[in-house]
Amino acid sequence: MKRILSFLCIALLILGCLSGCARGGGEGAVYYLNFKPEQDAQWKALAKTYSDETGVKVTVVTAAAGTYEDTLAAEIVKSTPPTLFQVNGPVGLAGWKDYCYDLSDSAVYNQLTEDDFVLEEDDKVYGIAYVLETYGLIYNKKLLDRYFALDNAKVKSLNDVRSFDVFKALAEDIQANKEALGIKGAFTSAGMDSSSDWRFKTHLANLPIYYEYEEDDIDLSPAIKGTYLKEYRAIWDLYLKNATCAPGEIGAKTSDEAANEFNNGEAVFYQNGTWAWGDAMEQKIGADNVGMMPIYIGAEDEEDQGLCTGSENYWCVNKNAGEKNIQATLDFMEWVVTSEAGTKALAEEMGFVSPFKNAKKSTNPLIKAADQLLDEGKTPVSWDFSTIPSDQWKDGVGAALLAYAQGGLTDALWKDVETAFVDGWRKEYTAAH
Amino acid sequence: MVGGKSTPPPTDMNRTLKRWFPLFLLPTLIAFLIGFVVPFFVGLYLSFCEFATIENPTFVGFANYLRVFTADSNFWYSFGFTALFTLVSVVLINLCAFAVALALTRGIRGTNLFRTLFFMPNLIGGIVLGYIWKMILNYGVLIPLFGKDLSYNSTFGFWGLVVVLAWQQIGYMMIIYISGLQSVPEELSEAAKIDGAGRWQILRHVTVPMVMPSITICIFLTLTNSFKLYDQNLALTDGKPGRMTEMLAMAIRNTYGVTPKSHGTAQAMAVIFFLIVAVIALFQLRSTHKREVQQ
Repeated sequence: MKRILSFLCIALLILGCLSGCARGGGEGAVYYLNFKPEQDAQWKALAKTYSDETGVKVTVVTAAAGTYEDTLAAEIVKSTPPTLFQVNGPVGLAGWKDYCYDLSDSAVYNQLTEDDFVLEEDDKVYGIAYVLETYGLIYNKKLLDRYFALDNAKVKSLNDVRSFDVFKALAEDIQANKEALGIKGAFTSAGMDSSSDWRFKTHLANLPIYYEYEEDDIDLSPAIKGTYLKEYRAIWDLYLKNATCAPGEIGAKTSDEAANEFNNGEAVFYQNGTWAWGDAMEQKIGADNVGMMPIYIGAEDEEDQGLCTGSENYWCVNKNAGEKNIQATLDFMEWVVTSEAGTKALAEEMGFVSPFKNAKKSTNPLIKAADQLLDEGKTPVSWDFSTIPSDQWKDGVGAALLAYAQGGLTDALWKDVETAFVDGWRKEYTAAH
Repeated sequence: MVGGKSTPPPTDMNRTLKRWFPLFLLPTLIAFLIGFVVPFFVGLYLSFCEFATIENPTFVGFANYLRVFTADSNFWYSFGFTALFTLVSVVLINLCAFAVALALTRGIRGTNLFRTLFFMPNLIGGIVLGYIWKMILNYGVLIPLFGKDLSYNSTFGFWGLVVVLAWQQIGYMMIIYISGLQSVPEELSEAAKIDGAGRWQILRHVTVPMVMPSITICIFLTLTNSFKLYDQNLALTDGKPGRMTEMLAMAIRNTYGVTPKSHGTAQAMAVIFFLIVAVIALFQLRSTHKREVQQ
């Protein structure tokens, strides 16, 4: 018995050593470290299709939500590192530039419809966005129509809503008539649980940053001034005072709760993006009853403002992955954005809008709403939050926004938001550079 | 028959052992090396470096340590918060666990059932426990009473953490205390009783000195567990409001941000953290060991 046991132990040890050494070499292979957990299954299926077709091994690994940077840092030093990975924008690229292969001659780069969605530095292309996403205020058409039909409705059509002032009147009047409409509030809960707080500390914060950049004609700032903080406060107040719950309760509210409130028809407006479309919304509200409108904050000339469109998902190829693997990866990327199977998977199964020539149209009604606004000539708001110096900045602003909501929306507490926004930016920018 | 046959001379045995013990030690030794010694020294080295990934560190000397001490890092605030938390929870957990253990060694009805029930919270993982208690505290206590939740101020968060850790650990420490109490010889307390000692005096002068080894272990466990607390902290408060309920382990984790500079700072914090825990634990072990009596 003992002999068998000790034999087993030794066998295990040897096996462990061998399996460590046996990797590498041979034909090129693709290892994709995927960022989006929602699309894990679809990527794996697509990888299998490609492997069956070409015989090239494609491994897809998805990092758990919120751990991408750590997973990447651990994986990239292994003997078989990811050949294809993602960064979230210029700030993310700064940490990984040394690992990025120049994609300017790659086939996938030539497939791009425009140059806006790449990460470039010194004439080198380090990252290519493969999915464009859009956010704004998602609304429930059925509930809005119910409101417009009220005799005492102050706003009679969504077409009239082209500025913050009108929107404010609309939201407050909906809130005042919530019993008549059978809803709990105009807005879903502005949850500041970590599953939901990014909607406000990052996505909503994008608008004051965007307008300041526009005004100063810059696309990156080492020290933000906070020119549009007054407007930021106005929209945040509107969200808080006309929601399904009291402002003091938002600390515990999660993203699921906000989604449920919207899907169950308890609120009319829900700040989120194209990714919020899914089975639950389809079954409970239906594709014909959802739309998305711009988030007006009261900046000048905002009647032409569109939705916020951008990308947080840039593909990078690992330049240390070995020549064969790099070539295999480039081939795989080209196949994904050009082949029938690949483009179909991107658009229909993953629901992505991709900036590539062969990209198929998505069936997502929120994306259709975004396209429609583009056709109407609205100016999309770019995702300037990708220039936020660090996650600590977002956390600082988020904490101050929450304290402001819990503490009764006072001027003194708003001062803390301003401090976190302006001073925090300078501090974090200095720390990162 | 006085046989020299049955047991071989001990020296032979020793020689065989000496010759072969490295082989038998090897698997554990390798595991220990890979899982502890190597990462420890790599980590120690990295705390003197700036690095994005562990394959390309640049040596920067004591810069990381300086940053922990000078820059407005959250480290020292977290240290204070953690120290206070540890103090409160060590006292609370050990007093409660000891009291429960005393009650459950008197032969009352249902003793076994109670012991099992009190021990059960320990079988649930910290993250799950944190989320469950977050719900209980938010929707069961704080929102009905104050209209605010755990993220409102650090006092809520602090006591929330104390409650969760106490609920989880009291049962475990109780088991250790029970086994200690059961090994106290009946004769001793009986003798004390005959000598005219009251219940309190028996407890103070007989029982406590006799269970001192259990106390040493329990204090050591609660002390280090509280100091290293992470998962309950993450699930219950996530450091909110702001970073006001961030304990040391979490402060290190959150400092380990995305910029290469802060990786090294977090690493330096981790080394300081290790030293603090080691010193406190050793000091505590020595001071309680001294009070142990031989049976």
